[in-house]
Amino acid sequence: MRSEKAWAAVFAGPAVFFVGLYLVLPTVQTLYLSFFDRNSRSFVGLDNYRYLITSSAMQTAFRNNLLWLVVFTACTVLLGLVLAVLLDKVRYEPVAKSIIFLPMAISFAGAGVIWRFVYAYRPAGATQIGLLNEIVVALGGEPRAWLIEQPWVNNLALIAAGVWIWTGFCLVIISAAYKGIPRDMMEAARVDGANEFQIFRYISLPALYPTLAVVTTTMIINVMKIFDIVYVMTNGAFGTEVLANRMYKEMFQFRHFGRASAVAVVLLAVAGVVMAVQIRRFREEEGR
Amino acid sequence: MARVVLEGVTKRYGSVTAVNNANLVIEDEEFVVLVGPSGCGKSTTLRMVAGLEDITEGNIYIGDRLVNDVPPKDRDIAMVFQNYALYPHMDVYNNMAFGLKLRRFPKAEIDRRVREAARMLGIEDLLHRKPKQLSGGQRQRVAVGRAIVREPAAFLMDEPLSNLDAKLRVQMRAELSKLHNRLRTTTIYVTHDQTEAMTMGDRIVVMKDGFIQQVGAPLEIYENPNNVFVAGFIGSPAMNFLNAVLKQEGDDVIVDCGAFNVRVPESRVAKSPRIREYLNKRVIFGIRPEDIDDAQMVPEERRAEAITARVDVTEPMGSEVYVYLSVGEHSFIARFDSATKARDGEPHQVVFNMDKMHLFDAETELAIR
Repeated sequence: MRSEKAWAAVFAGPAVFFVGLYLVLPTVQTLYLSFFDRNSRSFVGLDNYRYLITSSAMQTAFRNNLLWLVVFTACTVLLGLVLAVLLDKVRYEPVAKSIIFLPMAISFAGAGVIWRFVYAYRPAGATQIGLLNEIVVALGGEPRAWLIEQPWVNNLALIAAGVWIWTGFCLVIISAAYKGIPRDMMEAARVDGANEFQIFRYISLPALYPTLAVVTTTMIINVMKIFDIVYVMTNGAFGTEVLANRMYKEMFQFRHFGRASAVAVVLLAVAGVVMAVQIRRFREEEGR
Repeated sequence: MARVVLEGVTKRYGSVTAVNNANLVIEDEEFVVLVGPSGCGKSTTLRMVAGLEDITEGNIYIGDRLVNDVPPKDRDIAMVFQNYALYPHMDVYNNMAFGLKLRRFPKAEIDRRVREAARMLGIEDLLHRKPKQLSGGQRQRVAVGRAIVREPAAFLMDEPLSNLDAKLRVQMRAELSKLHNRLRTTTIYVTHDQTEAMTMGDRIVVMKDGFIQQVGAPLEIYENPNNVFVAGFIGSPAMNFLNAVLKQEGDDVIVDCGAFNVRVPESRVAKSPRIREYLNKRVIFGIRPEDIDDAQMVPEERRAEAITARVDVTEPMGSEVYVYLSVGEHSFIARFDSATKARDGEPHQVVFNMDKMHLFDAETELAIR
């Protein structure tokens, strides 16, 4: 018995050590720093957290994170689902899937640059260099400043870029799950009298629920940390601030370690809640 | 309830012809079994009747209606799949009720039908379980129940028993037969197991390489196979085939197998007048294992015809023994009573029951009748 425990320690030891060094320790450290001032010298209690709640910049960031959370998650998962089901029925599926997945291969900063060009704005009359405005003008419309008009246009424009990147990921995973649904189950439903929509609604969709839950959770955790796109395209200007970008600014521009740590703790807490829900769901699934 | 008619039905996948010009009339209330090795087109045929596969050529009628372009849901058929294909997120009750709900049956009627089917199949206690909580046999019953509640014109069953263990398969086989006797619904049943075909079918359709080889009642096919394939496929252990030449000796017709000769009785020749056309020609001589007797166990007068064979291996099956024999270049299997004295490696006298023998054209492999 004793030697068994010793062996367990030998095997798990290194992993536990490194997880402690690189994960637990910094987390505790961050939590600690969030109660101190900008130079981490004097204890300020909940001041940093009070700032998080009261400052208008942080409020904008919270609002935008929520907007991202709802719109980005809904769009990526729904688009992924719809595309997975529709593409399953066409012959050029592999090509279409590859193209939709392609943005995943680009660095997110690179994708941000691409989309800045797409949204680029010149005043009416000047030659438009942005793809979107070019199309709008060609159709006889007025060019718009996509990244400046707040609060809806510019935030949704950023979210669209994020959706462009992540839809492929959702598509590939949902598609794999969809193909794993036994065909004879769908055929049984077809013989039972279901039309295509009813097969999707009553057979395919319930079979996809576990996968959709995983993909949705992944997207939620993903979007909580959204940073690159916002940093590259607007750097949070014109009311497009998000939490991770704010954390970066507090840390590296304003050199306020306390506030940056507080933002990090809030992000961790929210992600933690999502994870906890997910893990519980997994356990229930396993237990059944 | 309806009859099902296949008229010149053909299915091609690109250059591959899966089913070739199938003509078949399945009468109302009949239980017809499509049987053949894998890839023979039996499942494809069934799926075309179900409407899950398009027909390349030909017509399919269910009742008096041409259903070529009718989607599965409007064909008034119910299907049982090999892997049961139960809906995993619905309980047994809802699995069975699903088709009726889609057809907007009144709740009370759905409930009545589901409970009646459940009682018939002995799964009343399982109505609120999920498929995953059921054993294979129970799942099979639910799949059958799902078909029954629909009260369709025809049942289509695609190897429904092949996922069950041997004991359960035998039990379900009898239950499905009983169910058919009770409901009298036209049934098309696909299997690769000739025992299932023999025991369950009113008629058997033997298929190979997309062609229907023979259609008939089980014993009719067993006793009068059309060709070498059917003869070898139906019956277990399979019929023995030996290359031979037909010869005349005095008034008698002789099957000359090289290493030995056997005389064809006059009564047998009379049954197949064309036998004499094959004198001095190569034929395939077929004899079933049960038509080879242990010379020590037959009446004295038959022993004159005995042949000495070498016993290669004996396989005791309990009530009987499968004996692997060889004479010269020929090997064949015989089924003896377990009282036989045949021993591995020793010579043994056997007698062919030539009244039950089969002859096939060596070129076309068709039966000589």
